[in-house]
Amino acid sequence: MQHHAADRTRTFTRRALVVGAAQVGLFGLLAGRLWQLQVDDASRYALLAEENRVNQRLIVPPRGRIFDREGRVLARNVPSYRLRIVRENTPDLAKTLLDLARLIPLDQAQIDEILKTARAQRAFVPVLVREGLSWDEVTTVAVHSPHLPGVVLDSTLLREYPHADVLAHVLGYVGPVSPEEQAEDPDPLMRLPEFRIGKNGIEKAHDHLLRGRAGRSRIEVNAIGREIRELDRDDGISGADLQLSLDAELQLFCYERLSSELSASAVVVDVDTGAVLALASVPSYDPAAFTGRLSHQQWKEWRDNPRTPLVNKSIRGQYPPGSTFKMMVALAALEAGLVTPSYDVFCGGSVSLGNAKFHCWKSHGRVALHEAIAQSCDVYFYDLARRVGVDGIAAMARRFGLGAPLGLDLPGEQPGLVPTSQWKRETLGEPWQKGETLVIGIGQGYMLATPLQLAIMTARLCNGGRAVTPWFYRDPAAEPPAVGSVGVSQASLDHVLKGMSMVVNSQRGTAYRQRLTLEGVQMAGKSGTSQVRRITRAERAANLHKRKDRPWEHRHHALFVAFAPTDHPRYAVSVIVEHGQSGSGAAAPIVRDIMTRVLEIGPGVATVAASL
Amino acid sequence: MASRVRIRPQELRFAEKLASLHWPFVALLLLIGCVGYLVLYSAGGGNHQPWAWRHGARLAFGLVVMLTVALIDIRFWYRWAYVLYGGAFAMLVGVEILGEINKGAQRWVDLGFVQIQPSELMKIGLVLCLARYFHSAYLDEVKRPLYLLPPLAMIGLPALLVLKQPDLGTSIMLLAVGGSLLFLAGVRLWKFGLAIAAVAAALPVAWSGLHDYQRQRVLTFLDPETDPLGAGYHIIQSKIALGSGGFWGKGYLMGSQAQLSFLPEKQTDFAFTMLAEETGFVGALIVLLLYLAVVGLSLAVALRATHQFGRLLAMGIGINFFLYVLINVAMVTGLIPVVGVPLPLISYGGTAMLTTLVGFGFLLSVDVHHTTNIPRFPTDL
Repeated sequence: MQHHAADRTRTFTRRALVVGAAQVGLFGLLAGRLWQLQVDDASRYALLAEENRVNQRLIVPPRGRIFDREGRVLARNVPSYRLRIVRENTPDLAKTLLDLARLIPLDQAQIDEILKTARAQRAFVPVLVREGLSWDEVTTVAVHSPHLPGVVLDSTLLREYPHADVLAHVLGYVGPVSPEEQAEDPDPLMRLPEFRIGKNGIEKAHDHLLRGRAGRSRIEVNAIGREIRELDRDDGISGADLQLSLDAELQLFCYERLSSELSASAVVVDVDTGAVLALASVPSYDPAAFTGRLSHQQWKEWRDNPRTPLVNKSIRGQYPPGSTFKMMVALAALEAGLVTPSYDVFCGGSVSLGNAKFHCWKSHGRVALHEAIAQSCDVYFYDLARRVGVDGIAAMARRFGLGAPLGLDLPGEQPGLVPTSQWKRETLGEPWQKGETLVIGIGQGYMLATPLQLAIMTARLCNGGRAVTPWFYRDPAAEPPAVGSVGVSQASLDHVLKGMSMVVNSQRGTAYRQRLTLEGVQMAGKSGTSQVRRITRAERAANLHKRKDRPWEHRHHALFVAFAPTDHPRYAVSVIVEHGQSGSGAAAPIVRDIMTRVLEIGPGVATVAASL
Repeated sequence: MASRVRIRPQELRFAEKLASLHWPFVALLLLIGCVGYLVLYSAGGGNHQPWAWRHGARLAFGLVVMLTVALIDIRFWYRWAYVLYGGAFAMLVGVEILGEINKGAQRWVDLGFVQIQPSELMKIGLVLCLARYFHSAYLDEVKRPLYLLPPLAMIGLPALLVLKQPDLGTSIMLLAVGGSLLFLAGVRLWKFGLAIAAVAAALPVAWSGLHDYQRQRVLTFLDPETDPLGAGYHIIQSKIALGSGGFWGKGYLMGSQAQLSFLPEKQTDFAFTMLAEETGFVGALIVLLLYLAVVGLSLAVALRATHQFGRLLAMGIGINFFLYVLINVAMVTGLIPVVGVPLPLISYGGTAMLTTLVGFGFLLSVDVHHTTNIPRFPTDL
């Protein structure tokens, strides 16, 4: 027995020491592991811990303001006061909200909504109670704040457009970032829910300048994101202020003048620089609606309105230019050497080609180039068009900026359309018809142009053939881009300009009644009336196409382009009145008034004088 | 030491027992318990609430229970060893049945005033049971394979029940403690080799038997970065907190990861991480050395005992304690998967604290009665 017990004790002792040694060894392993983590890799983990602990919060920089050429503010930021409440800082959220409701308008439904939102998020996250408080409400709440635990008053910046609808199409508006916009722009600001991005107009075109650079605030947070304290802060860089070429006074005039019509557009450009002085489109919309919450009903109304208030017709409206296109046809014929200015054609009110009959708006008798432009004789231009051919006309039109976007710094510019025989083959799969060339000769058919393109075309005609392009904002420090030439002889231009002058200033001109009444200043221009739908033979026989009681949307578009002064052209204007029936009747008076106003204001005169 | 040598150890009086208690050991446990208090004070954000004060109260209560257990005659515990094991086993079966009824994992028995985790009791019950079994066995008998069947069942059945709960960590601890005791009792080494081979062969089977969350734990352990916000979060955050503590630590109450709640369960399973973040490698090493001292003293107590029951009991308790520390620290340092084993005497938790101290009560009882003669069979008493 004793022997057995001794054996057992020996075995136990031996094995217990083995276990003890193993325990020491394993503790050694743990100590080694701790050494590895806490000494060898300490700096790496310290970095990771810092990343854990510190949240970078971006600070939205104030958006740049927008001014007109005279320094009048077009877009600015105004503080908006908002009221928020932090659940964990108020002993009874519902009671505090009821107390608030006695100070500011807040109904039970809103209170219920706030309570629901508050319960759904962490207790330290503020819940929005109301935005856009008036100053009176702010002071009332502030005075009572000792009795309103958890209530936080602060201000955010809202975008404000003092000219509202007058400049809505030019300035656009700002709005929350969409997922697509976020995907294509790596700017960290894009991820901030309160950040607003330019959605349209100048706000969109120059968003990167206006936006500025995000500031940063490093905040210590805990694992669930509660902010413990701010570690440091960098305020970022405010967005740049922009000064546009636009003249707010002129813009306002244009907009109000156009408002006599149901749907119209006007563009005023500086012929020397291409600077856009005014770009108006009626009807318009209030951009504030997009800053706040846009009701679905309002949106539907704007979207479905046949006069398209949301569309900037000056750059997005594409219309057959009608007779305003005749200058292109004349130049194409002159430059090709096919005709001379004294070449004349007999207009008997219509001309036949095959089975088709092409009408003029009246019988002009024998007319040469100047008179043909002045009186807008269709038969004359049918003849020139037939001689030049569609492709020759198209080439000339393109040199004057038609048929392609002009690169204005405004999103959504449409290209218009300058048809060629090749275009028709490729697009419609049909050969070009001779009769179609005749229709192109009077700016109808497939031809389409935007009011902006017509204004630039006019500018290039009267500025000596310099191929200016339109713009609203150019970096004042940068060299202005080189301006090419349209490559047309001054002699040809002069003949066309003479015709345009006669349109307004000769008694037989279509817009003689709209000549300027200013002392010593004359305007030159060209009317256009473009068919919206084909006039049937029966209608023509019954003279229905000239009646005023036709449905609005069946009436002709009225166009007029002009420049002034004739001796030293400075401004070009184009106006289109949708379904305005007659270019000289509906559009020309508006052009005359706008031209009178622009000459009175004289935007850019000083700068041009300085550069001369 | 002279005062601790007695002439007639069989009939000790109360005062003698009190005097012969291993007071340095008690002081060491109290010290670790106080470290736990400080850690939980920090975990509470520099506050006695909600953990530290309760930890302190439990520590005080546990020490009293421990001393009570220590002063009871070792032969009493020898006689009741199987009953205690049987009681713990019955409770394990009980929670299993309750779990079946409640259609969910059940680990607790609610006795009204306290919740008891039978798997924790089983750790002590198993040690008592195996110590008693092998006390009455001679070395030749231990070497007989058939003789090993009852102890294997004693280990295997509760381990299976606990695994089914499912509590992988405790199950592994039961197997490890049981295996260690078999080794200490003198089971031939080749049999362990055979068992290890069998386990290796059974691993694929066991893998298929694991719960999804347990498999996920193993998988994310192998590559925590694959799931940084999910199951791997705990390991990654624990390593960040530990590593960023550096050599000297961030300072008491200044551990940013723990104080800012990046560290999960900082008051329970990850208490060591918090300690190591705030006190650095130095503090962590000191605490490890305190634990090692407990393990070493346990070994000394075991070697000093003159009866096999006491030797195995003391070693079993010491190994159990050692395994707690080993598994917990290995887990929070990312050496093994997250298995949910607390750090004894430091982590917040009632059952673990109580069972640890009750276990040491037995160990101290072994020490007090280290020369007591325990007959092979209780009827001989």
